[in-house]
Amino acid sequence: MTDVAATSTGQAAPPPVGAARRPPGYTLTGAVTWGGLWVFVGGLLLAVASVLLASLTTQLADGWLPRGYTTRWYTQSWTTFGLGRLLVTTVEVGVAVVAVTLAVALPTAYVLARLTFPGRRLLLLLFLVPQVVPVMTYAVPLATLVYRLRLNDTLAGIVLVNLVPAIPFAVLVLLPFVEQVDPRIEQAARVCGATNRRVFVHILGPLLVPGLLAAGVLTLVRVVGQFELTFLVSGPDSQTLVVALYGAAVQAGELASQEINAMATVYMATTLTLLLVALRVVDPTAVAARDGRSSR
Amino acid sequence: MSASGPSGDHLLRWRDRARRRGVTPTVWLVVPGALFMVVFFVYPVCYGVGLSFQGTQGWSSAYRDFFADRLVNNHGSRRSILITLELALAASVVNVVLAVPIAYRMRGRVRAKRALIAVVLVPMTLGTVFVASAMKEFLGPSGWLNRALLGIGAIEQPLPLVGNVTGVLLSLVFTGLPFAFLLMVGYTSGIDPGLDKAAAVCGARPAQRFWLVTFPLLLPGMTITFCLSFVLAFGVFPSATLVGNDAGPTRVLSKVAYTEYSYGHYPTASAAAVVMAVVQLAVLGLVLSARGLLHRGPTTGGKG
Repeated sequence: MTDVAATSTGQAAPPPVGAARRPPGYTLTGAVTWGGLWVFVGGLLLAVASVLLASLTTQLADGWLPRGYTTRWYTQSWTTFGLGRLLVTTVEVGVAVVAVTLAVALPTAYVLARLTFPGRRLLLLLFLVPQVVPVMTYAVPLATLVYRLRLNDTLAGIVLVNLVPAIPFAVLVLLPFVEQVDPRIEQAARVCGATNRRVFVHILGPLLVPGLLAAGVLTLVRVVGQFELTFLVSGPDSQTLVVALYGAAVQAGELASQEINAMATVYMATTLTLLLVALRVVDPTAVAARDGRSSR
Repeated sequence: MSASGPSGDHLLRWRDRARRRGVTPTVWLVVPGALFMVVFFVYPVCYGVGLSFQGTQGWSSAYRDFFADRLVNNHGSRRSILITLELALAASVVNVVLAVPIAYRMRGRVRAKRALIAVVLVPMTLGTVFVASAMKEFLGPSGWLNRALLGIGAIEQPLPLVGNVTGVLLSLVFTGLPFAFLLMVGYTSGIDPGLDKAAAVCGARPAQRFWLVTFPLLLPGMTITFCLSFVLAFGVFPSATLVGNDAGPTRVLSKVAYTEYSYGHYPTASAAAVVMAVVQLAVLGLVLSARGLLHRGPTTGGKG
């Protein structure tokens, strides 16, 4: 007993700073958790590396590493798929959807957060239900509708179908942000004679910039990755990157697998850039938790 | 804006009454959003449900075709309900079980926390095709994992990890875990660390502190995370097509609906989509009502 105490104090005595920084004890569950996390991260890095390598190989090798490296698959897939145009379409769709979504969602979120009126709960339900209904359930009839409006295979059609999940999502993201703005600020502005429009442009807009950024970035990420809806209404002239990529991957026999891997890498680079920008703009843990105090 | 005359008087009174119930002119701001959702969400859903009852032989023929496995490229549409349910439930359980401890450890001060979070979030950006490629390259019969396991003599045959339910499940976990983690980080960091300390002062061991204090507080968040993971995993079909084998073992409901749609069989496609919605909403309803039974009362203690 005394022996143990002596050794432990003997160990702890020299570096008090280090002992304070270290967590109080290494537990089995902690080891399992961190082990699991590192397995996940390791698997992730290896998986990404294997696709990157596969997109750079001259021929499919049977060893650990490919025999030769080349970048011609990137140039080849750039020309065969018109990757440049796909990227442009994707960006156009993304920007258009985000712009319309924010313009529509902000007033809606404002009313839902600030006012109580008959039918408010029903309206909230209208924006909640699209989050829990499978995309296919409304995608199939919506695509039929788009065909009937002759908007299939057009940019407008793709933007339209992508707005359907985006608007309620943005409303739900914006709601807590609007609730955080002190209503007295607006009241003061109204007392000073500001109209609705001025309140939005000069008071709420600047105060809601973090919320608008979060909603915009999250919407953009979702639109770029949105597959089912875009897939159903897009034609050869109006594909986004995901849809073209899926189309290429499904008919795997006709294309070299390196080419698909190269294209997938381009897609990853696009969305990764988006994510990095998003992480710079919004701190995900802060958005999710809405409290900075406990972490400090 | 002011009105006069008898009709204007009437209008004023009406407006007054509306205002007292909370209908101010500002409420009209909600109209564009609500109108859009009614026209492009409610109407299509109703239209789809209606369409599913307009089969070629009688109102229920689309559903009968679905449940009697009489669809295009048929590989068992009835069985695909079970397959989809199995995949989505397994993926969301695994996601929540993995995300909770990681998020729980993340709530304190952790070295390189931001970088770790960024790395864990990377799969969100990869896209289904990239993940499918990665699965095939990395976990395939001649992939690095099988090669390494064969090399150290752990296995004699390459593990069949791709082209079956395992592969799809792995890819669903791979893409779904970041999302579950992100949500759980929010919930774990919302729990007052003081509660844990208080329990420690009272002499509770770490395991007791977790199971008796933190876990009940996390349960509502876990339920929500489970539900959202389930929604994500339930509707997706690219990974089931690319990693799995959608001609049989991993033919999911959305693929059934899409195949019918692509052949122009709108009633049966709508029927499959309606079945999807019913199954998903049933699961969500069950989980959420179970949550109501399990836990009542405040979820955060003394958090201001």
